[in-house]
Amino acid sequence: MSEQPILEIKKASKSFGAVQALIEVDFEVRPGEVMALVGDNGAGKSTLIKGIAGIYAFDKGEIYFEGKRVHIHGPRDAAALGIEVVYQDLALADNLDVVANMFLGRELVQAPWRLDEAAMERATVETLDSLAVTTIQSARQIVAGLSGGQRQAIAVAKAVMWNSKVVILDEPTAALGVAQTRQVLDLVTRLADTGLAVVIISHNLHDIFEVAHRITVLRLGQNVGTYVTAESDQQEIVHAITAGELQFVPGMAQE
Amino acid sequence: MSTIEETTRTPKHESPLLAGQSSQSLNEHFQGYMRRLKSGDLGSMPIILGLVVIAIIFQTQNDNFLTPRNFVNLVLQMAGITVIAYGIVFVLLLGEIDLSVGFVSAVGGVGMTILLRSGVDLSFLSFILPDSVISAFAPEGGWAWYVAIPTALLLTAAIGFLHGMIITLFQLPSFVVTLAGLLAWNGVVLILVGQGGTIIIQDRVAVGLGNAFLPDTWGWIVMFGAIGLYALNLALRYRTRTKQGLATKPITLLALQVAVLAVLGIIFVYIANQDRGVPVVGIIMVVWLVVLTFLAERTRFGRYVYAIGGNKEAARRAGIPVERIRVLVFTISGFMAGFGGLILASRLRSVATNAGGGNLLLNAIAAAVIGGTSLFGGRGRVNSAILGALIIASVDNGMGLLGLSSGNKFIITALVLLAAVVIDAVSRRRQEQSGIR
Ligand SMILES: Nc1ncnc2c1ncn2[C@@H]1O[C@H](COP(=O)(O)OP(=O)(O)OP(=O)(O)O)[C@@H](O)[C@H]1O
Ligand SMILES: [Mg+2]
Repeated sequence: MSEQPILEIKKASKSFGAVQALIEVDFEVRPGEVMALVGDNGAGKSTLIKGIAGIYAFDKGEIYFEGKRVHIHGPRDAAALGIEVVYQDLALADNLDVVANMFLGRELVQAPWRLDEAAMERATVETLDSLAVTTIQSARQIVAGLSGGQRQAIAVAKAVMWNSKVVILDEPTAALGVAQTRQVLDLVTRLADTGLAVVIISHNLHDIFEVAHRITVLRLGQNVGTYVTAESDQQEIVHAITAGELQFVPGMAQE
Repeated sequence: MSTIEETTRTPKHESPLLAGQSSQSLNEHFQGYMRRLKSGDLGSMPIILGLVVIAIIFQTQNDNFLTPRNFVNLVLQMAGITVIAYGIVFVLLLGEIDLSVGFVSAVGGVGMTILLRSGVDLSFLSFILPDSVISAFAPEGGWAWYVAIPTALLLTAAIGFLHGMIITLFQLPSFVVTLAGLLAWNGVVLILVGQGGTIIIQDRVAVGLGNAFLPDTWGWIVMFGAIGLYALNLALRYRTRTKQGLATKPITLLALQVAVLAVLGIIFVYIANQDRGVPVVGIIMVVWLVVLTFLAERTRFGRYVYAIGGNKEAARRAGIPVERIRVLVFTISGFMAGFGGLILASRLRSVATNAGGGNLLLNAIAAAVIGGTSLFGGRGRVNSAILGALIIASVDNGMGLLGLSSGNKFIITALVLLAAVVIDAVSRRRQEQSGIR
């Protein structure tokens, strides 16, 4: 694991009208590391990663990627850097098949006006195989009929296929059963082992202590601490989540 | 795309996803089809059954229904609706609606007619433009068809573009904006045509668009040419897929597909040639079918239309320019409505104040829906326009032969539409449960 962060956020702030979702949040993740992002409901976890993904811009703050300052203006910018996000409310188009979803927004073409279906199908099949995702019967299956675990697997496979450097997973196991959770956690560990930086958001501390190297805790839109998993325990994290020391008084901090 | 190459190094025979597929036999394929049917994906089945039922009912009531003359009439009658419905399919795929297409089509027809008669009168600009320029835009006998027709189409495309811009800029429901469009363009048509007036179309090409027929031999040549291209396309696709080691349809099935289409084509041309020949509008419908199917199913644009209709937020997060695609779709809708309007005007050889009215709008939307395009967005195909229009025109035509009143026609058409929507909703629910395509 390298010491140099691949992705670093400095003093990110974001408000939705009167709601301050993020207040000067610092965040980082290193290559080969699994960084957990935890916090209560509404703490700002999803908001932070949507800002990284370019879904919306931070009001203030800086993003550094591989040490260089970058500006992310949209999902395509994030994807071009090698940041792939698997959303909590899974961003798959239910009416399209697995192949179309894997390549959505980045389709391969034979000519500028013509899709290369064969190449896309082949790459999809091979990626799913390389990740040992065996529960999906056909790459031409419509996504609507897949189980929660299968959909997670597709979303993760998408990140792998595009050779991303940072993979962000927003509550990937929230809706899954025991066996499927196991599969996704194994997948997370495998991704980090290959040198990717992985950010995982979860409410399940047990899972987090199993896979994460470090844990960043958000509370009321503020970073209340980053902990090394091996030197911490669940009690300390729970205390940070519920009563971590705030730098700014909520609601009055800034305009 | 080197990133993909690097991650895809598994030898193909080890792939369980590939192994199960590449050796599909005809029998297995048929079983897959039956499974899809049972899961609620009825495809074109209800329509084909519906057509057979309609043909049997009307033929037993009046043996003029299945005659070459009536068959050709049917093609002439359905063409306008079909072409308008092609545009509606794209709008419905987005999960939107365009209520303006009836009168936008009339703007196209009236626009062409007026331009053919007089061009654009720029005399009010005489203080800055030389006389020669002005008379070039408003020549004695009006514009030539090859200027008037593209201009009319450009005009209706611009109208669709305007609708799309208003919808996306102000984030308004397409229902409301195009409803306003319906009223506004009706007004424009009334003003253009003038009180109680009718304008006759005299240009030979403009009249021929909706009324001309191919000579018998040309009918055969065009039909066999089209079948040949279709077979070539299937063969090329089969080759690339086998080269990539992907599953293909069994070759016997592909041959069967070509054979069935060839038989249908031969029957079509044979019957048409018994009467006046293959109508030009028949060719126009098929050409647009091919072009627009390609656009919907083989291009990025089409993929994005489906994606937005299926999950707008997912499309946005994938970096798809959602608003631009929506504007483009309404532009297409305006353009196709205009083209349909040209055909309708041409067929009547004139335009009148009632152009674009009646149940043209409802028929066009109903055609797309009856043909199997979902009102809920994301599901449907371009060919549903032609299939649905065929049903609507058959019912209309058959009841005309039986001498039924338009009251009866409306009720029956409404029942057909209702049946189609019910089938759509039910098959959607079953498909969601089983998840098989
Ligand atoms: N699009 C939005 N518009 C308005 N407010 C928003 C929006 N998105 C998030 N918020 C608000 O910002 C705050 C942080 O929300 P966020 O979704 O980031 O929380 P979270 O930590 O992901 O919570 P959970 O664990 O429930 O997923 C909440 O108060 C939420 O109501
Ligand atoms: Mg969240």
